[in-house]
Amino acid sequence: MMMKNTQMSGPKNAVMLSRRRPGSSGVEPFLFNTFNTLFMIFLVIVTLYPFLNTIVVSFNAGNDTIRGGIYLWPRQFTMQNYNAVFASGTIYNAFLISVARTVLSTLLNIFLTTMLAYTLSRREYVFRKPITTIFVLTMYFNAGLIPNYFLMKDLHLINNFLVYVLPSMISAFNLIVIRTYIGTIPESLVESSRIDGAGDFKIFWRIIFPLCKPVLATIALFVAVGAWNSWFDAFLYTSSRQELSTLQYELMKLLSSSVNANSNPSVANGVGAEHATQVTPISIRAAVTVVASVPILMVYPFMQKYFVVGLNVGSVKE
Amino acid sequence: MEEIATVAKPVNPKKQRNNKRLTWAIIKDQRQLIYMSVPLLAYIIVFAYLPVWGWTMAFQDYKPARSFSQQDWVGFKHFQFLFTDDNFLRVLRNTLAMSVINLILGFTTAIVLALLLNEIKKMFWKRTVQTISYLPHFLSWIIVTGIVATSLASDGIINDLLMKLHLIDQPIMWLSEGKYFWGVVGASHVWKEVGWNTIIYLAAMASIDPALYEAADIDGANRYQKMWNVTLPGIKATIVILLIMSIGHILEAGFEVQYLLGNGLVVDWSETIDIFVLKYGIAQGNYSLATAGGIFKSVVSITMLLFANWTAKRLGEERLL
Repeated sequence: MMMKNTQMSGPKNAVMLSRRRPGSSGVEPFLFNTFNTLFMIFLVIVTLYPFLNTIVVSFNAGNDTIRGGIYLWPRQFTMQNYNAVFASGTIYNAFLISVARTVLSTLLNIFLTTMLAYTLSRREYVFRKPITTIFVLTMYFNAGLIPNYFLMKDLHLINNFLVYVLPSMISAFNLIVIRTYIGTIPESLVESSRIDGAGDFKIFWRIIFPLCKPVLATIALFVAVGAWNSWFDAFLYTSSRQELSTLQYELMKLLSSSVNANSNPSVANGVGAEHATQVTPISIRAAVTVVASVPILMVYPFMQKYFVVGLNVGSVKE
Repeated sequence: MEEIATVAKPVNPKKQRNNKRLTWAIIKDQRQLIYMSVPLLAYIIVFAYLPVWGWTMAFQDYKPARSFSQQDWVGFKHFQFLFTDDNFLRVLRNTLAMSVINLILGFTTAIVLALLLNEIKKMFWKRTVQTISYLPHFLSWIIVTGIVATSLASDGIINDLLMKLHLIDQPIMWLSEGKYFWGVVGASHVWKEVGWNTIIYLAAMASIDPALYEAADIDGANRYQKMWNVTLPGIKATIVILLIMSIGHILEAGFEVQYLLGNGLVVDWSETIDIFVLKYGIAQGNYSLATAGGIFKSVVSITMLLFANWTAKRLGEERLL
């Protein structure tokens, strides 16, 4: 039906277009625009549908979802799934751990990386070259899983909250991005405050740090997303201490049984026990998925204008 | 364009002669800079350089209970074992195959999408579609593989649609058959990253001189001709640089997707080098063999990265001439 309409009204519009733009030939612009619009609608549906469906399932009664046919509107609306999720100490605790590690990682990362970037942007600094080289080289190699595991063990970071924060406090890439950005700040600002008697730390904290806001906004988002979404460190380093588990790792445990075809109904044990009549593993999973993704999805659209800045500054000088 | 072309250039090949000698006066003068940076230098040495010492494990029959001097040194035994081991060779094949599939699918889809987005003239719609297309990039692989598994389940939306369109009579078990696994991983990557990957191309397209399009208009070029003869050549340098740089990551097929989507039925197709290392190292305690696998991956990656850097530099200089 849609296609027929397109073809019928095509030539008329195309004539109008071709009059306005002498270069364009015939029906092509209209056909192209139609195709392009349809394609974009398709893209938006394919991107959004699975996520919207998860949200709907999370608000639908679990025992009703099993009957199938839930697409974009809940059949039996309920908050039970969320009640069950937050009533369970496990998930609630994991949520708090995730929030704590994300906030701590982001603050430390931003502060330390910018501070180091400031020192490396000072041309007169004697250790500028060697420190820069040592950091840049870390982008090219990685000791690997086993040596890193032994390092964490030797540092007593196994089953320790700090293992979420310490290993990734400074990334060389972000360091270069911020250093390049600081390079665009007029030198006269630093010079004049030095004449006023300010030391390097004061210049960094009072002058440079506030001026870096646009680039720090992007990097803070990337660091926060990385910290919030990571699960492998919880799996590798803290899996024997339940109270240190993160939200993503709990979600992974809920999901891992469903990927294997023979799904096991006891996956949500402990989570939905007291609501067993309505809540199922599928509905719990959907609710946890929503809880685990909504915080970041609320933030990123507002940062969009900075993405290109962050990516481009990074590519100026690696 | 020049900005992107320099991606791969090393920091500064020409060493500027620093005439300043290291004296106590300078150290005293710059003590604040030193307080602000040297502790972080110590930090990165501990967390990035110190663990490289662990590579010695690959040349020993490492036993955790013994001290370093008591370990038995075995030379390249573990490496020889790796390259004659069917398991490792299969894992290597899977890694390379998925990496190449991801590379080709990732590049073509992102470039096509960027070209199409670039043709949307209404800023509001362009922005909206872009914002939506970034969404999956911010979801964790845990969530994405959960969505993929749900969509591909026997009663999932994909089988549902295919059945309703009468393309198939029986649900396809996408995740239980090895032959689909590489494709599923490739498609998952595209779903997650295609929107995000367009950013750099759209930025490159925005910097194309509008006069080129006007000239093409006057010459009577239609939209496809302009895409082919103006837009694509305009982002060619970006494509080439990104392509060269991704060669350095040829053994980075990813770990999370394969680990999370893989299961006993598709293990011959899903395991990558990282999973091999995890399985032998952490799960079975064969630290030496796992470390050897890790070293192999690191060495190949470093070699490829240096090669990529060298190529990019040469191409960059040629373009400047």
